[in-house]
Amino acid sequence: MPNPQSPVANPQSLIRAVEEADSSSKLLDAVEELSAACLPEAIPILIAALGYNNPGAAVAAVDGLVQLGEPAVRPLLQLIDDHNYTARAWAIRALAGIGDPRGLDTLLDAAKNDFALSVRRAAARGLGTVKWEEMASEKLVSAQESALEALLIVCQDPEWVVRYAAVTGLENLAKAVTETENGFYSKILVKLEEMATKDEEIAVCSRVNLARERISPTDTLR
Amino acid sequence: MSYSTEENSNSISATSETIQGESLTVEQAIANLKGSDLGLRFYAAWWLGRFRVNEGEAVTRLITALEDEDDRTPEGGYPLRRNAARALGKIGDEQAVNPLIESLKCSDFYVREAAAQSLEMLGDPNSVPPLVELLEKGLENSSTQENLHITDNLNAVIATPGSNPNPLESHNEFIKSPEKKLISEPDFKEPYDAIIEALGTLGATQKIPLIKPFLEHPIPRIQYATARAMYQLTGETSYGEILVRALEVDDLQLRRTALSDLGAIGYMGAAEAISETLAENSLKLISLKGLLEREIKENSTEKLSEDAIGVMNLMDSLL
Repeated sequence: MPNPQSPVANPQSLIRAVEEADSSSKLLDAVEELSAACLPEAIPILIAALGYNNPGAAVAAVDGLVQLGEPAVRPLLQLIDDHNYTARAWAIRALAGIGDPRGLDTLLDAAKNDFALSVRRAAARGLGTVKWEEMASEKLVSAQESALEALLIVCQDPEWVVRYAAVTGLENLAKAVTETENGFYSKILVKLEEMATKDEEIAVCSRVNLARERISPTDTLR
Repeated sequence: MSYSTEENSNSISATSETIQGESLTVEQAIANLKGSDLGLRFYAAWWLGRFRVNEGEAVTRLITALEDEDDRTPEGGYPLRRNAARALGKIGDEQAVNPLIESLKCSDFYVREAAAQSLEMLGDPNSVPPLVELLEKGLENSSTQENLHITDNLNAVIATPGSNPNPLESHNEFIKSPEKKLISEPDFKEPYDAIIEALGTLGATQKIPLIKPFLEHPIPRIQYATARAMYQLTGETSYGEILVRALEVDDLQLRRTALSDLGAIGYMGAAEAISETLAENSLKLISLKGLLEREIKENSTEKLSEDAIGVMNLMDSLL
């Protein structure tokens, strides 16, 4: 069991505990401890834990990778699993949680093209949580434009949960751009207004209404 | 164990694009259902349900398929009947009610299960008595006389809210009484979970005394189905809490079942527990969607409620 009071255990023994875990609950505990220790050398094994088909361990590993932040980005981009969509979805979640602009192209591709809805969903969310302030200013406008363009496409996804995620992406993007900038802001509002009346899922419509309230509290929900 | 959450998203829409994306057309599917190729018939029945093809001939053909004798498993099962029964529930044409009630008598367990599930979806109150008849096979001494007696007994318990905050406790007292009803050994004779879920959705409040004993059934899935139905029939949070506790059991498959049950009843008290249980995010999201939908439907006001916003915040964190 993780014990925040105890001094940090030996990194090697934490890593070994993950490798040697022989039950799903031991694996969960070991990954939680390793994540909490926040060790850069644990990044590859945390990424590997995304593919163990153990949702609890994967959640813990994503948390650990997000906490590690920047150093985890390159390994995540390199080690993304093209053959295991569950692992890929968790890796995309980690990239989304970190928000590093280097992940943008991967998120764009995943949101638009991945066959797995859990991957598209995580990527759509991540397109709204990119840390735009870390992006070189000359690239910013075209990067935001491609995120917006992708999200507008993803709002038509056949899966409700992907559209739901795209709405959260649009909400966050709207907060990141200013009202006058390049028309992005008003494009987002127009799209949300359209979805509020046309989407067939109650859950998506209510998320749209929440987004509209948060983006522009004065002129929504007439 | 392989388990595809991608197939579990219950969100497939029957848009024309999707239909074209498959290798069948409506006409072909109906033709295949009449044809001699058993594999094509079986697939056609599934396909018509998958795309909810609500057309006269499709429905008529599927109803006919409920009496199919050609397609048999080595164990005597009826694969085509199973698929036809499932499809008729999804399509939602009320003509299917009586034929599906007949299917509750089929010798194949899975046909009876599919029929119960589809009768739940069709929502016709006439299906309550035949479903209850099946349910009674899990109870001992089910004479009408005794049922009346038990009804009185239980109504007394139910009529005093607060006196028995824990339904399992009150039930235990009940089971100690001479009217003990649930047969004692594990019983796989009937698809009790499907039957009970149907009775809950159909609002069979007068059948509570027959449903409630199944909270003690040795198969957890059936206990959960009972808690789900009891919550629908009584609105008492203690039944929702049984399912919340089920989110903490060791068996992943059972946690998944509880997630699905909580989503089906939209029990708001479960929101946090759903977001924290150890299971796939996809399943948690579907479960929370059930809570959100119920909350939105019950609060007709335009303004989003605190509860609705709370559920959406949890959903956001699982994307």
